[in-house]
Amino acid sequence: MHERRTVIGSRVGLHARPAATFARAAAESGVAVTITAGDRGPVPAASMLSVMTLGAEYGQEVVLAADGPGAEAALDSLAVLLASDLDAD
Amino acid sequence: MTADVGAGELLGRGVSAGLVCAPVLHLVSTAPEAGAGAPESSDQAATPEERLARAVSALDAVAQDMQQRAAAAPPAAVEVLEMTAQLARDPALASAAAVHVDRGLTAEAAVELAVEEFCTQLAGLGGYLAERDADLHDVRDRAVAHLRGVAQPSVPAPGYPFVLVARDLSPADTATLGDSEVVGILTEEGGPTSHTAILARSLGLPAIVGCPGATALAEGATVVLDGATGRVDVEPDEARRDEVRRALDAPAGPAATGPGRTRDGHHVGLLANIGTVADAERASGYDAEGVGLFRTEFLFLNRADRPGVDEQTAIYTQVLELFAGRPVTVRTLDAGSDKPIAYLPLPREDNPALGVRGYRVAALDRSHLVDQLTALARAQRATGARVRVMAPMISTAEEAAAFAETARAAGLDEVGVMIEVPAAALRAADLLDLVDFVSIGTNDLAQYTFAADRMVSGLGDLLDPWQPALLDLVAAVTSAAQAAGKPVGVCGEAASDPLLAAVLTGLGVTSLSMAPPALQAVRDQLTRLSLTMCREIASTARSATSAVAARRAALDLATSAAPV
Repeated sequence: MHERRTVIGSRVGLHARPAATFARAAAESGVAVTITAGDRGPVPAASMLSVMTLGAEYGQEVVLAADGPGAEAALDSLAVLLASDLDAD
Repeated sequence: MTADVGAGELLGRGVSAGLVCAPVLHLVSTAPEAGAGAPESSDQAATPEERLARAVSALDAVAQDMQQRAAAAPPAAVEVLEMTAQLARDPALASAAAVHVDRGLTAEAAVELAVEEFCTQLAGLGGYLAERDADLHDVRDRAVAHLRGVAQPSVPAPGYPFVLVARDLSPADTATLGDSEVVGILTEEGGPTSHTAILARSLGLPAIVGCPGATALAEGATVVLDGATGRVDVEPDEARRDEVRRALDAPAGPAATGPGRTRDGHHVGLLANIGTVADAERASGYDAEGVGLFRTEFLFLNRADRPGVDEQTAIYTQVLELFAGRPVTVRTLDAGSDKPIAYLPLPREDNPALGVRGYRVAALDRSHLVDQLTALARAQRATGARVRVMAPMISTAEEAAAFAETARAAGLDEVGVMIEVPAAALRAADLLDLVDFVSIGTNDLAQYTFAADRMVSGLGDLLDPWQPALLDLVAAVTSAAQAAGKPVGVCGEAASDPLLAAVLTGLGVTSLSMAPPALQAVRDQLTRLSLTMCREIASTARSATSAVAARRAALDLATSAAPV
């Protein structure tokens, strides 16, 4: 099992728009990635609803995990995405 | 609400001006009935796998429907429609539904319970997440409608013009209104900044929101809807219908054009609010005397690096060229922890409305403000345009003095401040000693006067710009401005309400800035009233003890002064 730790970069937290963007990217990666925030999770990263139920706030550390072919590359790009502000508007 | 309303009359918030007489039709609603969670015999025979397949295909149909609507929707609605589609397709919703069909529930009940579980979890997290509730319920209602084979919530198409009535409209409902037979909108809920209000104005449809009793109207009842005043006459008598017909048929006097004027010729500047270069392009085609609010946030948000002086100069030059010969009032960057800038580290705050925002950000990093002012001065020199620059969220004379000094040092000579904080309104005379003009941002001024967060739903009544306390603060500012002989504008939502525009004019406001589609209704309203009438209407509104009573009293006086 591969893991990446990263910090939420979206100022509003991992809420509606950032959660939607992140879940879409996770689904598109084709790898079954999970995300854990503190004592919540792991939940499937490709589910926007599940990701939102983590209630992850700006600056909070989360853990991404996945296994199998392509896992490392998918985790790397998803970690970068989480660390950026996905709600800039 | 306890407005004193006649028997055949409803009163709500007019949010998009215009008069229309037509039958009402309700949005076809498919909200599940109470107790719908009970297993249904028609579905009992099927295996759990078959029931799950039905649930998933209904959710998928909703997603496809939303995706199709998004493809044809106005830009403002696209994102919400796509997010609704994504929710409908969410794998977790399908997994939750699978658990319920295994326990013997129908596809309908499984979808409902799955949605409810997520709503409960999100509600527990509060804030933004709790608001997804409405989107999820929309998904549920649509999926259940699919499963039952009944109509989707949809806009009727009866073959004649009608007024659309609903509790509230979702983005999915409103996405297709542009080419429907809807000639007016009436909703029980919603406020002046609701999605419905914004959309109605952009389509030029008369609209009233927050109207108690709207959903109880009989299907097909004829109404006269006046989007300027918020008044709905139900089953109007022949005399009233004639009146409306005449008002609509009358060559309406040639529509007023040019600078805003009261009936007796008192000038009130009519200006446009813009927020991007594309906005400026659209707005420059309207009959506006200039720009009363150019929001500059678009230059700074949504990017990782800081825009340089050259880049900013180029953008400001484009906008100034579009308004050549007309004044452009530029608001300096209005950031805050709720409008974050990637390269400007602002502390995370529990209460962004009361935190480091607006002009206060300059206290953290002044080079930002200096860059922006330098770029504006360069664009001004390049175009010869008249630039008025103002700072947001000024609270004290010290802040106003520091801003004015920085702006003048950069080479800008028409400097103002926004009045959005009660402290600034109360001491407007001190600020006006230091600057050339002030502009009142009524949305924030209401938020801070009533201690009511604009981002919290359910506080709309406190944020109503007709609140007499808010009008008192506006009056405090206008009297200071008159004493100083300096202009005072209004650039909040209030300026686009035609009747309130008359009140503001009566209070001594010298210019009104608004979304361009709202300009004509305000211009027309002003031409119907003299300055003296505007003053009387303003004084009557301020004498009222509630927002509803203020609007009502102003409406009665305006109607008797200039019958529609």
